[in-house]
Amino acid sequence: MSIWRQLTRGLRALTNRRAADQSIADEVESYLEQAAEALEANGLSPDEARRAVRLHLGNATTVREQMRSYGWENLISARASDVRYAARRLRHNPGFTVACVLTLAVAIGANSAIFSVLNGIVLKPLPYRQADELIELHHTAPGVHFPDVVSAPFLYFTYRQQGRSFQNIGLATSELRTLTGFSQPEEAQCLDVTAGLLPMLGVEPEVGRWFSEKDDVPGSPPTMVLTHGWWRARFGGNRSVIGRRIVVDGVSRTVIGVMPAHFQFLDQNPAFLHPLQLDRNKAFLGQFGYFGIARLKPGVTIEQASADIARMIPIALHSFPPPPGLTVKVFEDVRLAPRLRYLKQTLVGDIGKTLWVLMGTLGVVLLIACANVANLLLVRAEGRQHELAIRAALGANWSDIARELLTESIMLGLLGGAFGLGLAYGALRLLLAIAPANLPRLHEISIDPVVVLFTFTTALITGVVFGLIPIVKYAGPGIIPALRGGGRTSSQTRQQYRANSALVVVQVALALVLLVGSCLMIRTFQMLRRVDPGFDPKDALTMRITIPETAVKDPEAVMRLQQGILENIRALPGVTSVGITTVVPPEESPDSRQVYARDKIYRSVPPLRRLKFISPGLLASMRNRLIAGREFSWTDTYQRRPVAMVSENLARELWDDPRRAIGKQINANPKDPWREVIGVVKDEREDGVQLEAPAVAYYPLLMNDFDGQEFGVVRTVSYIVRSKRAGSRSLVSDLRQAVWSLNAALPLGNVRTLNEIYDKSLARTSFTLVMLGIAGAMALLIGLVGIYGVIAYSVSRRYREIGIRVALGARRRELARLFVAHGFVLALIGVACGLVGSVALTRVLVPLLFDVNPLDPLTYAAVSLGLLITSIVASYIPTLRALGVDPIDALRAE
Amino acid sequence: MDEANTDVIQGTLDMLILKTLSLEPLHGFGIARRIEQISQGVFKINPGSLLTALQRLERGGWLDAEWRVTENSRRAKVYKLTRAGKKQLENQTADWSRRVSAISRLLKAEV
Repeated sequence: MSIWRQLTRGLRALTNRRAADQSIADEVESYLEQAAEALEANGLSPDEARRAVRLHLGNATTVREQMRSYGWENLISARASDVRYAARRLRHNPGFTVACVLTLAVAIGANSAIFSVLNGIVLKPLPYRQADELIELHHTAPGVHFPDVVSAPFLYFTYRQQGRSFQNIGLATSELRTLTGFSQPEEAQCLDVTAGLLPMLGVEPEVGRWFSEKDDVPGSPPTMVLTHGWWRARFGGNRSVIGRRIVVDGVSRTVIGVMPAHFQFLDQNPAFLHPLQLDRNKAFLGQFGYFGIARLKPGVTIEQASADIARMIPIALHSFPPPPGLTVKVFEDVRLAPRLRYLKQTLVGDIGKTLWVLMGTLGVVLLIACANVANLLLVRAEGRQHELAIRAALGANWSDIARELLTESIMLGLLGGAFGLGLAYGALRLLLAIAPANLPRLHEISIDPVVVLFTFTTALITGVVFGLIPIVKYAGPGIIPALRGGGRTSSQTRQQYRANSALVVVQVALALVLLVGSCLMIRTFQMLRRVDPGFDPKDALTMRITIPETAVKDPEAVMRLQQGILENIRALPGVTSVGITTVVPPEESPDSRQVYARDKIYRSVPPLRRLKFISPGLLASMRNRLIAGREFSWTDTYQRRPVAMVSENLARELWDDPRRAIGKQINANPKDPWREVIGVVKDEREDGVQLEAPAVAYYPLLMNDFDGQEFGVVRTVSYIVRSKRAGSRSLVSDLRQAVWSLNAALPLGNVRTLNEIYDKSLARTSFTLVMLGIAGAMALLIGLVGIYGVIAYSVSRRYREIGIRVALGARRRELARLFVAHGFVLALIGVACGLVGSVALTRVLVPLLFDVNPLDPLTYAAVSLGLLITSIVASYIPTLRALGVDPIDALRAE
Repeated sequence: MDEANTDVIQGTLDMLILKTLSLEPLHGFGIARRIEQISQGVFKINPGSLLTALQRLERGGWLDAEWRVTENSRRAKVYKLTRAGKKQLENQTADWSRRVSAISRLLKAEV
């Protein structure tokens, strides 16, 4: 209760100081009267009584002050008056205030914007219940040089049964499925999940129910759950959708539930979900291709879980049969091992590194901005030096003066923060517009309370940092001597602007570091653009078609249909060539196999290679080059001849020379017959230009004896269409016609230009480049304004000196040189320091660079030179004013 | 000239005020006069300290105050003890007696 009373009384006193004061004065007055009356009663005259009382009471004002000073509200009202005073001073100096606030707002705003990205992507927990317990069941296979292996059903069953570290385990896999029964056949992304997965994430369905364990049993009636977005788009958010039947891949399924809007499965965007319905009795070794998630038991570390998994892998290998044609030994040689990671790590990947670099960069920009504002404050404090000295001489405590200066700078900082937050809001929209689309968790980025807190903490710290510099210089205990010099009549000494100069040097040095960083990124981008990807991304389009078994059963008929579509497309106007392939990275996860060469002896399993199935004519449509031999023909395909092609790097690895590969024999499964290598294809950097080209084995689309199957065809293929019309709507509708004239039930999936895919692989680099570029430009601008400011200030302080020099016959050109040289020397020292800093700091950029030395001499030289030249210009402009000085005016001015 | 010390013993002013008010509600001067009377002039109250102490005690919730018209028809701020104040007085009194008896035991102790 007493705390409540403290608070309310204090607030009352604070909001109505006058009433509180009156009450105190009344009480003192009434006390005096009572006392006087008592004395009168003892026989004193009224006057005597009053005098005696006053004598006894002491000074009534002192008593009142004593009473007033009690209470917490006084602390606040003292600060409030500091703030009022500071605000008044800032208002009377609009130019200075605007310059400071604007500089800070831009720098703080940029920091807040990047921080909100960092916060949304890296710092915030995933939107699941107790997300820090969730891990991805990721594996590694050093035996086949495969660092990243996902999960498989045989592992899932083993872990579920024998695991000691997990509360729950779930598997998921993503499939493209064909929907029929709507106006047009369409493809949609489907997430197949085990029943335990979503309860484990802690997500409840919005309508209906989630898959039960029973729905997940193989052979139970087919069900599906819709995601919110697709439900809204397709069924207008109608709740009566529950119980409706939808035909997916030819199977009629009952809708049993709808997911809530906030549900997001990692970075996937499925339209609906199916129960995975894994059959333990049909599981065998292999079948990797499932995403495994587990929830750790409370208190279990990821290391303990790894040990648990390592214990279970051998058990799993001996609990399930190997697939036909392989032995358990093959799987043991793979040396499967756990490589668990937190789910967030899986999702966020290495983008965090880029974001931290950007954050650091903008932190440097903020430092430069601080230096600028500190410089302005220094100039101002110097102008007030006389006043401050007089106040100190009159008995003002130096800590009072310091507090006053600090209040002012903190206010500037907070104002900058407030405007910065507004700027950050705008900047964030811009940022999200240019951010690479494959940035994870993009929709989770926003200005939330954490960002606001970050902004104001930064603003506060900033205010204190740049506020301390003038305080150390001007409000220290040694302030009095400033009175003697008088400051106004003499020219400035070198000593006086040592602090300003030091700040400028720091600014130039920091700006140089940032500019070097952004130029290295520009060079990286140039290098990436120069890389030959091995295919031509211009004027080409891809689309995917799946022919399900329900539509066409016979493999050869599938091939005929695929070829028919190809011929139809080739006949379209403006199409120069067309081919079929299976993998269009980075969208589709490629098929990988161990590839054996007949003339090699293998002690253990060979490394995994990428396997692609292609049609005749694909090389022409991709503009891949054939280095040796020939490509597949339709005869090879239909006669199912045992032929293959390999990529240049694979040929070199196996037989040193691409030409010697022709006639050699390979296969992807020891049980399959050997296939003769008939051609070698130039390397394709299909995973992204910055990544090494993968080693690839090419197979025809139609095969005998593949993977133990007698007769196989690839049902999901991508067409590569080379045409000047790529990207136009008319071509897409032509393509649709070409497909539907043969089979109207086939949807066209993922229609995109190759250029889109190619640009996407550059997106992260170009995003980093743009961000670093903006930071560098800001640093340069703020740094140059800093140089300009110091020179301009020095000119104005030396006005009188210039006047005297001119009067004594100094030539204007020499005067100009005096000032420009001053600016140049500062810039030179800054550049020297910056070069040292760059050498040390650009090391953090190494993971983002491609084929560029972080110590690239050309970049360093160009940036240094550019900075020096612009700083000469920045110091020349204010010098023009000095040149216009009229000596008479200058001398009279004092 | 050796003047008798009339200062209130440090730290006891609050207790004296609370005790005085536990007898009847009083205004500031009334409290001062009562303390001087009862102590038979041993303690003289400094008005500044008294008024500040009253303010503090009121803020702390031990006293309630209201402006009233006194018997000689003047306005005065009259203080009275709250329940929390009564409790506080008991605590302070108990504490004080414990200390006083300790001190007197020490002073009476013989070599």
